[in-house]
Amino acid sequence: MRRSSTSKKVGQSNSNSSSSDLFRSASSKASSKESERIDSLFYSYANASSGLIDPEGIEALCADLEVDHTDVRILMLAWKMKAEKQGYFNLDEWRRGLKALRADTISKLKKSLPDLEKEVLRPSNLSDFYSYAFRYCLTEEKQKSIDIESVCELLTLVLGSQFPSQVNLFVEYLKTQSDYKVINMDQWMGFFRFCNEISFPDLSNYNPEHAWPLVLDNFVEWVREKQK
Amino acid sequence: MVIKEPIQWEQGWGLMQEAITKLKNILEGLTDEKSFTSEEYMNQYTTIYDMCTQKLPCEFNKELYDKYKEIFDEYLNSSVWPSLRDKHHEFLLRELLRRWNSHKVMTRWLSRFFRYLECYYIERRTLPSLNTVALSCFRDLTFDKVKAMATDAIISLIHKEREGEQIDPSLLKNVVHIYVEIGVYEQDFEVAMIADASTYYARKATNWIEVDSFADYMLKAEESLKRERYRVREAGYLHSSTENKLVETVQHELLVTHATRLLENDNSGCGVLLRDDKVEDLSRIYRLYHEIPKGLELVANTFKKHVTSEGARLIQQVEEASNSQTINSSSGVQEHSIVSKFIELHDRFMAYVKGCFMNNNIFHKALKEAFEVFCNKNVAGIPSVELVAAFCDNMLKKGGGSEKLSDEAIDETQEKVVYLLVYNTDKDLFAEFYRKKLARRLLSDRSANEDHEKSFLCKLKRQFGGHYTSKMEGMMTDLVIAKDCQRSYEQYLHINQHVNPGIDLSVTVLTTGTWPSYKSCSLNLPSEMVKCVEAFNEYYTSKAKHKKLSWAFSMGACNIHGKFQKKTIELIVSTYQAATLLLFNNADKLSFLEIKTQLGLDYEDLVRVLHSLSCVKYKILCKEPNTKTISQNDIFEFNSGFTDRVRRIKVPLPPIDERKKVVKDVDKDRKYAIDAAIVRIMKSRKTLGHQQLVLECIEMMSCMFKPDVKVIKKRIENLIGQDYLERDPNDANAYRYLA
Repeated sequence: MRRSSTSKKVGQSNSNSSSSDLFRSASSKASSKESERIDSLFYSYANASSGLIDPEGIEALCADLEVDHTDVRILMLAWKMKAEKQGYFNLDEWRRGLKALRADTISKLKKSLPDLEKEVLRPSNLSDFYSYAFRYCLTEEKQKSIDIESVCELLTLVLGSQFPSQVNLFVEYLKTQSDYKVINMDQWMGFFRFCNEISFPDLSNYNPEHAWPLVLDNFVEWVREKQK
Repeated sequence: MVIKEPIQWEQGWGLMQEAITKLKNILEGLTDEKSFTSEEYMNQYTTIYDMCTQKLPCEFNKELYDKYKEIFDEYLNSSVWPSLRDKHHEFLLRELLRRWNSHKVMTRWLSRFFRYLECYYIERRTLPSLNTVALSCFRDLTFDKVKAMATDAIISLIHKEREGEQIDPSLLKNVVHIYVEIGVYEQDFEVAMIADASTYYARKATNWIEVDSFADYMLKAEESLKRERYRVREAGYLHSSTENKLVETVQHELLVTHATRLLENDNSGCGVLLRDDKVEDLSRIYRLYHEIPKGLELVANTFKKHVTSEGARLIQQVEEASNSQTINSSSGVQEHSIVSKFIELHDRFMAYVKGCFMNNNIFHKALKEAFEVFCNKNVAGIPSVELVAAFCDNMLKKGGGSEKLSDEAIDETQEKVVYLLVYNTDKDLFAEFYRKKLARRLLSDRSANEDHEKSFLCKLKRQFGGHYTSKMEGMMTDLVIAKDCQRSYEQYLHINQHVNPGIDLSVTVLTTGTWPSYKSCSLNLPSEMVKCVEAFNEYYTSKAKHKKLSWAFSMGACNIHGKFQKKTIELIVSTYQAATLLLFNNADKLSFLEIKTQLGLDYEDLVRVLHSLSCVKYKILCKEPNTKTISQNDIFEFNSGFTDRVRRIKVPLPPIDERKKVVKDVDKDRKYAIDAAIVRIMKSRKTLGHQQLVLECIEMMSCMFKPDVKVIKKRIENLIGQDYLERDPNDANAYRYLA
């Protein structure tokens, strides 16, 4: 004889009976499992006293991911995490990133990297990633600009695959000139716009009478001189 | 009752024929009779009248109308045309005139006779009037056949007259009038005449330009225009409506086509005329080109080029003189003499603008643009505004030569200098150079005349505004106050003898900010001086509690007695020099480094001071080694053997070249000014495009200097970095104000 369905449910859950509830509870169980795994992964790399993943921890992480710690994908990971401090990940950031990537183990994390790359390089995200990269490197409080050498490295890392010729030329320029010792955010973003809007290598649609940052005016002059 | 019989056609026409024959005879001169009697006239008129008003079949309106035309046709074909056919040139014209006049007489008589037709028949049927018929007959059967030749004949007569031959003006006038009366003046005559004039003068122009100087060419051009006008107006043998077209054509051929070549001719063009002061010729050029649209612009352009090259030449002259001077190393040529040369140049060319060029604005503008070009060039590496400041300094200082000039002369020169300054773009730089030199004049009491100083400041203020001269005026006021202060100090010392340090000290108190900044020193004063300074400090701070004094020993002067072997000589030196010399009261020999340590002066200053005391005219100190330059290893000794025939000498300490500092200071001020302008503009506009912002910024600064576009961009970027502005997220080329 069939028992009344209600009484059965009482034993199982408090909500109305429906199939989606089974899934929900299943997924919340699964997700809580996932969160647990993510958290424990975090603690496996974190420094015990600070409770953060510090540079050492990141190196270990990189080793496990089989990625060099200077690789751009680490920076992309930081972007996904919206990490604020260069060289450190905190628990919230870690959770944020790994949840978004749906990775709760190292191998899953590793597998997510190619897709992460594709995602970042999408035009809609690239601008955000690009400005994030700059901010991420402002390590001191109230720091507003980055020294030329670091800028060159960062530029190559971040844009080198998308706009190789522009980046190479601009890096060469920055290294040879002496007017600028640092680059600020405005100039940094200006270069991104430059790569996207200006035809290369002829630079024919560049107009110094427009609001381009002065450093780019000088760069274009330098390039034109070189081309003669 | 008498009933009149209607006149039959043959009868009536027969009567008319008689009259017509008589008329022809009169016209041909075959009879002594000159005209019809009134009786004859009445008969003819009545005959026609009757024939028109009779009842059918004797109503002959149409026949009479047709006959009227026939008469003319017949006469013109049989008598008039043959007489013209074989004639040419002047003969043709005379015959044509005769025949035309005859025709008019004929028309007059016949239309009188046939008058009645006009009143009724013609009117009723809206047919061409009798006069119209007569005219068309003449035109179609005679005039049209000869008009081409007649036109040519007239034009050759005009040509003859242009070449100076005698012609019959009344013939010309009357024949041309035929064209007017017939109504074909423009198309059958004027067009051809103008074309001929064009060719004629084009040819003349080509000839004259090879042979004549510009001045002579102009004379001929003026003469030609006068004669052509005469042809229309006085002689009247061209219709008045032709004047403008004719004059324009002649002007075009003579003055416009070759304008550039004429004006810029190296040997005789405008430039040469200006150089040789050919006032009459220049006035003529103005007169002639004034009437041509855009004509004056051409002349003004040549004028501008000439003035610009004259200015450049002056600069070159001064630079060459300056170069050769350095080679000869005699006393420096004063590059600022170029200022008076520029003034002279301006006076000279302004006289032309006001005189020959009738004060016309186009020429004022040309003069201004020319001066703006060369007044802003460096001369021998020196910025032109510095030279103007040096010129003013020379004019206003003692011994600068201005004492010999009258007040009016000085006033005039000052006016002219201010006028010249208007052409300079770097007015703010001038103010700074001038202020520095003014300070030196005031502080070392080298100003020749206070009134002249004030009057110059007044002129500057009037031209450029109160803000421009506020600091300088402040300086003059300071001096007056400082003098009062000094007087009170002296009184105070007199009363409070115990405080008196024993050495006279006169202090000039300057307001910081109004005066150029002076190095406030690290100098270690000799103890005698220290006492004086302390005494004054106490006095001053007791009187003005919240004021702080910083001493500018670099500007001070001192009188000291040098007790040399032969005789004691009073030395007038700067404070630095005095402090250095006084060290030798306590030591015989001192090395450079020892002096430096004891005095606390910096390296460059000490080199200058020691150089002035040991390497030039008055060797108060002996230097080992006895070279012409100062080095760190030199040793100095009091030169007891020094003497001079006078008892009092001034040992000058040449000032450091301030140019770099002045330029640097002004650059800094400009940056702040640009910043302030950008913020002000953005605050009121909220959003603005880049180019617009740059333009408005330049506009705002234009009365003081011309900002570099790159500098403006840099300042904008700076302000973005400081969060005053941001780039507009919707428009990459615009900015937004951040409150």
